[in-house]
Amino acid sequence: MIYKDKKPLFIFLTPALIVLFIFLYYPFFRNIANSFLDIKGLGALGGGKFVGLDNYVRMTSDKTIGISLKNTMFMMTLAVVVQVGIALILALMVDSIRRGAQFYRTVFFFPVVVSATAIGLMFNLFYAYNGGLFNQILEKLGKEPVLWLSDKLAIYMVSLPVIWQYVGFYFVIILTGLNGIPEEIYEYALIDGVTGFKKTWYISLPLIWDVIKVCITLAITGSLKVFDLPWVLAPNGAPKGLTHFLGTYMYFNTFISQSVGYGAAISVFIVVLGLFVSFTVNKLFKHETIVY
Amino acid sequence: MGKTASNFDRLVKQTRIKNILAKTFIYLFLSAWAMTTIYALFWVVNNSFKDKTVILSDSFSLAVNPIPDNYITAFNKMNIGRAYLNSFIISGCTVIFVMILAGLAAYAMTRYNFRLKNTLYMVFAGSILFPAFSTIVPIFKMVLDMKLVSNPLGVIIPQTASYLSFAIIVLMGFMSNLPLELEEAAFMEGCNVFNIFARIILPLSKPAFATVAIFTFCWSYNDLFVQMVILRKRDTYPICTLLNEISSQFGTDFGLMASAVTIVVFPVLIVYLFLQNNIVKGLTAGAIKG
Repeated sequence: MIYKDKKPLFIFLTPALIVLFIFLYYPFFRNIANSFLDIKGLGALGGGKFVGLDNYVRMTSDKTIGISLKNTMFMMTLAVVVQVGIALILALMVDSIRRGAQFYRTVFFFPVVVSATAIGLMFNLFYAYNGGLFNQILEKLGKEPVLWLSDKLAIYMVSLPVIWQYVGFYFVIILTGLNGIPEEIYEYALIDGVTGFKKTWYISLPLIWDVIKVCITLAITGSLKVFDLPWVLAPNGAPKGLTHFLGTYMYFNTFISQSVGYGAAISVFIVVLGLFVSFTVNKLFKHETIVY
Repeated sequence: MGKTASNFDRLVKQTRIKNILAKTFIYLFLSAWAMTTIYALFWVVNNSFKDKTVILSDSFSLAVNPIPDNYITAFNKMNIGRAYLNSFIISGCTVIFVMILAGLAAYAMTRYNFRLKNTLYMVFAGSILFPAFSTIVPIFKMVLDMKLVSNPLGVIIPQTASYLSFAIIVLMGFMSNLPLELEEAAFMEGCNVFNIFARIILPLSKPAFATVAIFTFCWSYNDLFVQMVILRKRDTYPICTLLNEISSQFGTDFGLMASAVTIVVFPVLIVYLFLQNNIVKGLTAGAIKG
């Protein structure tokens, strides 16, 4: 009866909807429109010649797009397998201990709240050839220093901090899922003699499958958004564009080499790729949901 | 009889040893992962108090005689005070705008029944999928037309828009679990919906608002992409943008870089240690329901 009168509804919803439509939905569709235009520089925004699918055709013959796509897919695989994998192991371990659980939770999540810029600068100090942390460790072990950001190693070294930083994020999500499993289920299992690794495999994992699926989807969309860390560690895809991701390459095209239409096409591609991969993964990992 | 008992004892003993081994392994593994964060931070902070030549030769030794030189250089070379102020203006306003707009919208979405409700939910949830890359250029054009380039508002409004949907969904998850009885009682006493919102819903939803505030603050404070595009004058730079620029200029001065990292991370660490419980709780509520 309080909520029979629908008039206040407009006052509650309009401000949020105005902001969303003007600053999210309009730009999103405007950007799709831009991807069919040839816009020479940010000064020419609002104009531009209609070129149909030219920007998309250009993507098929662009070598750097190939590299960026490969790097992005590489990051995605690492995110799903290594990042969510480590997070799962850590969560299962923390769930099985009593003392110190709070401490580990606090420490593991901390990198997530630190800016990628700061983490990028930190890893710059680790990777430095002269006197960087990694080379000083090698020196202590009596080994030769390594050029960490060389052509061959750069992409791995750029991916490392990205993966490392967000393990804590998935760790916390999975841990909460584990905490939600009722104690009785484990007690029944104990009576049946199911303990240790078997308990994890046959009881915990199936029960938190939905949570893991959420993590996998978040990891996929997250790896498409990677920008700050690669940009700070290896600006402009250094060396030689080898560490470009789709996001950094979009930025490079739009704001540095000023082919705005082409940049728009790349960002549309990022959205489509994100939808496609999340959809496929959700289909692949389709699994009966267990209600408890 | 006695034999079975000793067998049983042995079994118990074996299991206990196994358990101890397993526990030791677990603690070793967890501690090793924790060290990647703790030692990395320690290394940076420790070295920020050393001379740059000392860092190059031996970065592992403890800074027994800490020197403040790097911090003095950092504060002299870059206007860090100004950058902090810019960061707090931008992130503070974004947090306030997001909380107001999302609070109102989430309340309406959980309490009212109306025809377009499901469509609106899709509008909110769908926009979470838009990466910043896919909206930034038209946003830049709008900001340019509104003459808001290098103005904090030019960053605040787009950021508000991009964190709004997340906030609405987290708040909806929380508000839908609040019992209706209080609101009904208040209605009987003659409160209207706006009073109910301000006097009942807002105070009860404090934990969820805290989560939204913390997340919005961290994302806004740490977001380099939008800041880099919109803010073009150096005296409007927030902390992250300033650091990114400084690193390309003085990247080889290890002492300065270490102190710069410490300067950015420090406020975040303090906020985190005080509010970590809210962060973790709210994150999981939002992520799983979203």
